[in-house]
Amino acid sequence: MSNIPVDLKYAKTHEWVRMNDDGSVTVGISDSAQDQLGDMVFIEVPEAGQSVAAAEACAVVESVKAASDVYAPIAGEIVEVNAGLADSPETVNTDVYGEGWIFRMTPTDKAELDGLMDAETYESFLASEDH
Amino acid sequence: MGNKTPLYDEHVAAGGKLVDFAGWDMPVNYGSQVNEHHTVRNDAGMFDVSHMTVVDLTGARVRDFLRYLLANDVSRLKDSGKALYSCMLNESGGVIDDLIVYYLDDEHFRMVVNAGTRDKDLAWLEQQAPAFSVTVTERPQLAMVAVQGPNARARVLEVLDADARAIAEPLKPFFGAFAGDWFIARTGYTGEDGFEVVLPPAAAVTFWQQLQAAGVAPTGLGARDTLRLEAGMNLYGSDMDESITPLEAALTWTIAWEPQERDFIGRSALEKQRSEGARNKLVGLLLEGKGVLRNHQKVVVENDGEGEITSGSFSPTLQRAIAFARVPKETGGSCQVEIRGKLLPARVVKPPFVRNGEAQIEL
Repeated sequence: MSNIPVDLKYAKTHEWVRMNDDGSVTVGISDSAQDQLGDMVFIEVPEAGQSVAAAEACAVVESVKAASDVYAPIAGEIVEVNAGLADSPETVNTDVYGEGWIFRMTPTDKAELDGLMDAETYESFLASEDH
Repeated sequence: MGNKTPLYDEHVAAGGKLVDFAGWDMPVNYGSQVNEHHTVRNDAGMFDVSHMTVVDLTGARVRDFLRYLLANDVSRLKDSGKALYSCMLNESGGVIDDLIVYYLDDEHFRMVVNAGTRDKDLAWLEQQAPAFSVTVTERPQLAMVAVQGPNARARVLEVLDADARAIAEPLKPFFGAFAGDWFIARTGYTGEDGFEVVLPPAAAVTFWQQLQAAGVAPTGLGARDTLRLEAGMNLYGSDMDESITPLEAALTWTIAWEPQERDFIGRSALEKQRSEGARNKLVGLLLEGKGVLRNHQKVVVENDGEGEITSGSFSPTLQRAIAFARVPKETGGSCQVEIRGKLLPARVVKPPFVRNGEAQIEL
């Protein structure tokens, strides 16, 4: 059973989104996604300052098994990336909702966040994908 | 639902992630492929390889048959139990499969071929065997367990009964022997010491459970792939196939050119290619920086053209990306690999990358 914290939002492409007090959002991949991919060996993060469109591929997580794109859950500007992942990609496996975050961004339009799933909806979405 | 090996329930019980492999439900890992990889390099791991195809070849002229069928020469096998790695070629020198053949006695050889090529291998054997009055008998009911790692032999000997232990203990590398209805061989596909054991299905379950109790870690096919890549061993279907000859797959060492009068299937095509020179060669690559090499990535060689990665992965032992790549024969010491539109520098190296737990290349 994968871990789906209730205080986060989720994209259909399996990213989690945390709303920060300063209006920015932090993005990572879900526990289900890291479990599917297995041991992470390389993470390619975007560049701070980069503008991204919603659903634009802007990072890559690579496990021993496969490479997988990480999509911007909403449009906005990347303001910070997790530089620690360069040397410790396995953090995405061991602390997926904490130190395993991938980038932080400021939304162009906060209303876009309403289009993301809450934990309950994401759980049903995962169950439906299994079938 | 695919075919299930006799150890299927053991995989489920051990938390194995089952995936389809050549029509079989096989464990790709039991949680962490990387941890399983390290366990084989540092201790002992076991693989269910019951999906592989065991074929017994019998008849008075079985040796002549194999000398005609295989690019390597079974007349090199003088002692009972000795194993030989060989390619089985078509008339144009392309690889139908790579395999291990064991010499048991003058009228009996045992062959282990890949699961993914079972049907065409058996068809080819059946087509070639009648001319030599050789009987081809598949042993689909038998299970096969590979136990590999620096402590693998000790763990296996620990759980064998006294009779089997007496047979297994003195086995030298690349030898096998029957112990009752078990066949125990000191072979493997990881670059580590260990045994491969072919045995009846019920015995396989007990053997697996005893090994697990003795501390041998169930290891999935994911780790098997990174271990064999580090060990510099080719994978059929990725590194070679029917359109590729051994000369283009770094397998020239497996062709027995001498004696010249031995005719084997594919010989004339190989000789022609040898005299003209193969256009491509298979080399090892080490990615200089961070990233992961993957199958089918494009390789760019300055002034000499392009090639392709045939097997690429992250090496858990070296903590670097490694690969085999088929490149133009002029390729020197370096090249570039295209990863997501960027050209990244890689060094051309001579496999193996790792043997017996030790790095074999400079990082």
